[in-house]
Amino acid sequence: MVTCINDAFFPETGKAVLRLLQRLGVAVDFPEAQTCCGQPMVNTGYIDEAVPAVRQFTKAFAGYDAIVTPSGSCAGSARHQHKLVAERSGEVGLADAVAEVSPRVYELSEFLVDVLGVTDVGAAFPHKVTYHPTCHSLRMLGVGERPLQLLRAVRDIDLVELPAADQCCGFGGTFAVKNSAVSTAMGQDKIDHVASTGAEYLVAGDNSCLMHIGGMMSRQSTGVQTIHLAQILASTKVMAQ
Amino acid sequence: MSGTFVGMPAFPSAAREALQDDQLRRNLANATGVIRTKRAEVVDEVDNWEELRVAGAAIKDEVLLHLDEYLIELEASLTAAGAAVHWARDADEACQIVGDIAADHEVDEVVKVKSMATQEIGLNERLAQRGISAWETDLAELIVQLGDDLPSHILVPAIHRNRDEIRDIFVESMASAGKPAPDGLTNDPAALANASRLHLREKFMRAKMAVSGANFAVADTGTLVVVESEGNGRMCLTLPEVLVSVVGIEKIVPSWEDLDVFLQTLPRSSTGERMNPYTSTWSGVNDADGPQEVHVVLLDNGRTRALADEVGRQALRCIRCSACLNACPVYERTGGKAYGSVYPGPIGAILNPLMKGVGVDEQTDSLPYASSLCGACYDVCPVAIDIPSVLVELRTQVVDSHRGGAPDAFGAAMAGAAVSFGSPLPWKTVVLATGWAGRLSGPLAGRVRSSALKNVPGAAGAWAGARDIPALPKESFRAWMKRTGGQE
Ligand code: SF4
Repeated sequence: MVTCINDAFFPETGKAVLRLLQRLGVAVDFPEAQTCCGQPMVNTGYIDEAVPAVRQFTKAFAGYDAIVTPSGSCAGSARHQHKLVAERSGEVGLADAVAEVSPRVYELSEFLVDVLGVTDVGAAFPHKVTYHPTCHSLRMLGVGERPLQLLRAVRDIDLVELPAADQCCGFGGTFAVKNSAVSTAMGQDKIDHVASTGAEYLVAGDNSCLMHIGGMMSRQSTGVQTIHLAQILASTKVMAQ
Repeated sequence: MSGTFVGMPAFPSAAREALQDDQLRRNLANATGVIRTKRAEVVDEVDNWEELRVAGAAIKDEVLLHLDEYLIELEASLTAAGAAVHWARDADEACQIVGDIAADHEVDEVVKVKSMATQEIGLNERLAQRGISAWETDLAELIVQLGDDLPSHILVPAIHRNRDEIRDIFVESMASAGKPAPDGLTNDPAALANASRLHLREKFMRAKMAVSGANFAVADTGTLVVVESEGNGRMCLTLPEVLVSVVGIEKIVPSWEDLDVFLQTLPRSSTGERMNPYTSTWSGVNDADGPQEVHVVLLDNGRTRALADEVGRQALRCIRCSACLNACPVYERTGGKAYGSVYPGPIGAILNPLMKGVGVDEQTDSLPYASSLCGACYDVCPVAIDIPSVLVELRTQVVDSHRGGAPDAFGAAMAGAAVSFGSPLPWKTVVLATGWAGRLSGPLAGRVRSSALKNVPGAAGAWAGARDIPALPKESFRAWMKRTGGQE
């Protein structure tokens, strides 16, 4: 599952996941029928409007052993919210379809560490990097140390700790526009912390949060780039040279 | 007399205003940071913290499931112990009952133990209308009351004030409320505490009637429990002849043993202490000592409405520890007043709509959206209230309550999303258009770029006010897959 945001806005992340998984010997398919997990609608209160997306999700991903996504937030939505959407819809068969598909959804770092059992994916990334654990990966999914385990095994990386890392960046989906003043106040503290590390790159497992943090950093010309975890893990020595 | 919250603006505008107060933000960031750290330390040292959380939730759920039976049991045991039990459907009835008791005893002042329930019903203001002064005796409540201010935190209502401001409030206002502040009062914490002690002692010695809430009401023994730090509560509960306690109906625990769990989790969660300094318990009237007339007002005021909500009823487990406030990144930046209620922060964002109902006023409807859904509140809650899930459920109820009319901008956008994401073709078209837009250059590109966000009027501005919009890629992921088959 590439996710709608990555499909339209961040194709490099999708390509990186593909390259990485293929390198690790996984047979990867991209079901063209996929659209969106429905989270933007559910989290704004429009559950009925999410039903078509959830139905489409179950159709697109039926029959796969594992559904891997470079987003803690979308994985959380599939694993925790699809059931609610299906139940409320009362649609015949939808709850069963969800029960069949959603437990097989994995956020990328979960899939690598828990399913494939690897932490060293053979990556190289000669840059100073700091990691922001996004809220949904941290608290909704509980990915814990997995992304850091993967990053620590990357060759030549200079991984520095982000102060107050577990504090929300302020994105929060439609929260970013409905309560934009609070959202950017939270974002400001986050980018100040990022700047204090002197890192060249801020890495995270969700491009939606990075779009918010990166948008603020770019507006303020902090010079720090954002990058998705998948893109670091997909980088190799050959590419870095 | 402290003000009320009636007529507060909806959260986003109240929050915007609060954010401009730099002093407030500094005070809050400092105070919540300190309490957060203290809490984390004392929670980490408890091996079975998760078990205690689950046990606390289970005890409260048992009570909520059989609330009708437990309430009758509590009434019986309180009555047997010599207390008079009153039932109040709403704030009006509760204030009337307390006012009548005061009038029966011809008192024109009462001393108060810090209590959320009495603030919720606006008791002080209602007593004032009947010529009765209600004196807050908790230090922070005293600061709020003397400053003619609104509380901004459940546990530390004056969290938005610093030492200098507190000194000024004492010097200016103590004299009109009783014993004046000592000459030459400084901003030294010990001096400020002593000034309040002298001011309050006089009131304790004089008062004939006290009003309290209760942290817990034990059904089988008819015991009320107040947990506090300053000892002012103990004074109020033991010195005056008449004691009236206003108790939310969800405060029940079945038996004395159940306190074991909460007396471990509450102090650690709220003040970051292993144990709170004062725990007072009383069952009705004791001939030898203490108040000789004890009243208990059992308060509904929207709690049964919350209880009827299948997802939301877990909010009634709340023991008002305020850990969720201290953990909340939104609360930390806006403070409590932006929530327009005595219950601010994450718990306020769910409790207010649950007790008042959604679709009635804009302010209440804005509260479930006052969260980024980061989940920090759920993590720290000692009774495991899944606040993010309740927030999402309440957002659904807010949206549902407005269905049928003309959809607002978000409604229209979400209806559009339902179509775009409902089958592959419309979504492919959207992504294709994005790719085309990405290949444009020059000023046109910028215009097309933001057109995606313009589906929601105002959203483009709200996003782009402080953030750049990412540059669109020239080719979407799916277009690239189609062109290359996934081979680079
Ligand atoms: S919701 Fe939980 S954390 Fe918040 S005040 Fe209530 S008991 Fe404490």
